[in-house]
Amino acid sequence: MNIIYSDALIIGGGLAGLRSAVTCADKGLDTIVLSLVPVKRSHSAAAQGGMQASLGNTKMSEGDNEDQHFKDTVKGSDWGCDQEVARMFVTTAPKAIRELAAWGVPWTRIKAGPRTVVMNAKQVKIEEKQEAHGMINSRDFGGTSKWRTCYSADATGHSMLYGIANEAMKRDITIHDRKEAIALIHKDDRCYGAIVRDLKDGSLTAYVSKATMIATGGFGRIYRVTTNAVINEGIAQAMALETGKVALGNMEAIQFHPTPIMPSGILLTEGCRGDGGVLRDKDGHRFMPDYEPEKKELASRDVVSRRMMEHIRNGKGVDSPNGQHLWLDISILGRKHIEEHLRDVQDISKTFNGIDPADEGEKGWMPVLPAQHYSMGGIRTDKTGHSHLKGLFAAGEAACWDVHGFNRLGGNSVSEAVVSGMIIGNYFADYALDASITISTAEIQQALNKQDAYLDALINTDGGEDITKIKIRMQEIMNEKVGVFRNGGDLQSAYDELKELLVRSRNLTLKNKSRANNPELSNAYKTQKMLKLAVCVAKGALLRTESRGAHYREDYLKRDDKNWLKRTLAWWRAEDDIEPDLTYEPIDIMKMEMPPAYRGYGHKDMTVEHKDTAKRLTEIDKIKAENQTVDRYVLQDRIMPFELPMNYKNKNERLGDK
Amino acid sequence: MARELTFKILRYDPSQPEIQAQFQEYKLTEKPGMTLFIALNQIREELDPTLAFDFVCRAGICGSCGMVVNGKPQLACKALTKNFNADFPITLAPMPGFELIKDLSVDTGVWMEAMTKRVESWVHTESETDISKQERPVDPDLANEIFELDRCIECGLCVSSCMTKLMRPDFVGAVGLNRVARFYMDPHDDRDASDFYELVGDDNGVFGCMSLMGCEDHCPKEIPLQSKIAYVRRELVKVGLKR
Ligand SMILES: Cc1cc2nc3c(=O)[nH]c(=O)nc-3n(C[C@H](O)[C@H](O)[C@H](O)COP(=O)(O)OP(=O)(O)OC[C@H]3O[C@@H](n4cnc5c(N)ncnc54)[C@H](O)[C@@H]3O)c2cc1C
Ligand code: SF4
Ligand code: FES
Repeated sequence: MNIIYSDALIIGGGLAGLRSAVTCADKGLDTIVLSLVPVKRSHSAAAQGGMQASLGNTKMSEGDNEDQHFKDTVKGSDWGCDQEVARMFVTTAPKAIRELAAWGVPWTRIKAGPRTVVMNAKQVKIEEKQEAHGMINSRDFGGTSKWRTCYSADATGHSMLYGIANEAMKRDITIHDRKEAIALIHKDDRCYGAIVRDLKDGSLTAYVSKATMIATGGFGRIYRVTTNAVINEGIAQAMALETGKVALGNMEAIQFHPTPIMPSGILLTEGCRGDGGVLRDKDGHRFMPDYEPEKKELASRDVVSRRMMEHIRNGKGVDSPNGQHLWLDISILGRKHIEEHLRDVQDISKTFNGIDPADEGEKGWMPVLPAQHYSMGGIRTDKTGHSHLKGLFAAGEAACWDVHGFNRLGGNSVSEAVVSGMIIGNYFADYALDASITISTAEIQQALNKQDAYLDALINTDGGEDITKIKIRMQEIMNEKVGVFRNGGDLQSAYDELKELLVRSRNLTLKNKSRANNPELSNAYKTQKMLKLAVCVAKGALLRTESRGAHYREDYLKRDDKNWLKRTLAWWRAEDDIEPDLTYEPIDIMKMEMPPAYRGYGHKDMTVEHKDTAKRLTEIDKIKAENQTVDRYVLQDRIMPFELPMNYKNKNERLGDK
Repeated sequence: MARELTFKILRYDPSQPEIQAQFQEYKLTEKPGMTLFIALNQIREELDPTLAFDFVCRAGICGSCGMVVNGKPQLACKALTKNFNADFPITLAPMPGFELIKDLSVDTGVWMEAMTKRVESWVHTESETDISKQERPVDPDLANEIFELDRCIECGLCVSSCMTKLMRPDFVGAVGLNRVARFYMDPHDDRDASDFYELVGDDNGVFGCMSLMGCEDHCPKEIPLQSKIAYVRRELVKVGLKR
């Protein structure tokens, strides 16, 4: 039997997994990182636009701090996030970026003196202060009150991932790539590692550990069109669900990005609009100011995506053989800016669409349409990143730690991935330090045998169904019926058909019977898992009869705080079930620092108020009145105290402090 | 009229050495906007589920999909079929210079991890950073210059198009020398030229390069590899002369 022991097993080698691994190594733990691909190819590398951290260096971010970042994040989430976690996040983000800078990540820096930027489609001169010279720069992004998104040109995720991966390699952390975790090993409500398939030779190994972390990124590939990499399939979220002991939180909260290029779905970063690019319709008209006079193209992503689809419904879409789309125009930024700061965008557009976006006028416009981009939902954890199953932690996009609620802001995700690697990585390591392995080899063998038998059964079943067709159908349903605009009828039919597909996926006939090097076999077990996630998304969306953040119901237009200020938890109770059991976890307004209100963009007066909102507001006013002489840190603590490990709660120094 | 494309793909599975390497042909009808990523997936979905290849981002960002296309190493996800002449088969072979996993899939990951450790591709410093204090300022132009070199995606195309690597299997490659240049320029890294001399000051390092330019011609990120290798060589020659 193949068994590999470790103290800390981290499944996933993106930003979240590797940053956690660094902490584990620094605490002396024997750590193993698993990845489907060489870790530097993880999808974190594809993040172009940037990372939010309230450094407040540039002129356009003066006065920025944790409080601003917190407010933007909570509004962005449409009050669905965990506000304490959001506070932990915004307080650590500046430290994360400074740590990365010290590790050599080449953040774009500020040049003192005048510079020209594009705001509201006009060139504007701003003057950078002398003392800001050489400090980390930041750009504008959707849904933020300040220019807070730090970047290294348009390869931010790449530079961050290489920076952290280099640190992991410096510490000689064991990394096993081309490995896929397919099941968790657990006993008596406690996790002891995972059963892992070698993607080269198909063999199975039990990785047994004191503590296990899932940091496997998003699951965009349950949709037909997505910006996500082909490896973002959510297999690890599904394997956690399959234990029956782990809940997936808010699976219906799926983000659609406004500007993937059509038809490939490859992302054009939000930096395009952040830097001043605009959206145009078939008449070349810039339409966003008509809908969102204040934030225009830079409202939050859910709002921009909806406005775009609304505009297309109003007959303003551009026709093409692949359906309708709109235009993204960055030519107004000028060739020099594009070739310095948006080069990957230019490269993508030239390569895949033959369009040079720096060409002036119509010639340079790029065809865009909203598509699946990010999973706010995932493995539900507590504030320390611990899931419902003891010994199992989750971090990064795979988790529902819940910084993002029902909509995440651009730039908050790579930021969360690293910050969660710091915070959760720390709690995780401490857990591993205290834990021991109390599972017998016989039980490990059993877990291994079970997967072995499962794969054999997949190969030997002769039910006649074709896995490729089932998978494509699932993706189409998600695209067509569980998209930007949702309604009861479509969701019901999606839900019904997905369940049917799940049943059919259990009656396959595989053409290729080999256990190794058999993409059809991997497709088979993966699709069964992906279907479970898809059913969770559809059921969650069907039952949630309100509109919140990215979850938008045409038949329930209001955000219903009275009935729906709660997190959906999906549980898979028995293996051969075809749907999850949903329970709900209330979000307590009486503990909030920022009770529900209008976001400042999107439709006004569209909420059903909760009775606690007014009560909590009065309470907060009272705390403020009683604490007029204290500084903002103390006041914050009196309203909503939160904890952080290490020295992460230290005050973040800023230029303006002096 | 949609064109009929023929793909000639080199098949070999090292775990089955008894089966000889051979080219296998597949035919597909071309679709608008078709890339090798789309074509190969279609072949695998419809014609041959055993064909092995690697893609992750399918957008030219992650460096997973290097292969030799009609004799030229390149990123397959960025290769549009419309640029090929349909009168001839499109020939696909795995990148040389790396361990073959199967068919078009090679193990760049293991090679790159070894390279990373060999050139100690991380910041070396004695100074402690207090991460709640302001970051250390960096000249904005220098930051940009470092970023230019940091854009390397470890695709391995430079390695597979390098004559020196053919002759010296342990040659660190343009990718490794570029990494040296990157950290040498980085003000956070305290290493000086003599430290790097210890790592790459030999014929498997910077003095092995024969300046044949294969690397720079093939680098998808257009990194100025030749001038950076020359720069590292100049700096390390100075150290060599002093010894
Ligand atoms: C195109 C694109 C652009 C983006 N741009 C931005 C941006 O500008 N700013 C921003 O904040 N966010 C951005 N995001 C989102 C952000 O990049 C991700 O949310 C974030 O990087 C996720 O990091 P992670 O560490 O959680 O996961 P990932 O980086 O996705 O890493 C997942 C890891 O898990 C491994 N893995 C997965 N499944 C298994 C398994 N079953 N067994 C073993 N290993 C497994 C993978 O190999 C990989 O190593 C973007 C996303 C996309 C798709
Ligand atoms: S230097 Fe260029 S060709 Fe070589 S690995 Fe890096 S990106 Fe690829
Ligand atoms: S698949 Fe990422 S570069 Fe080709």
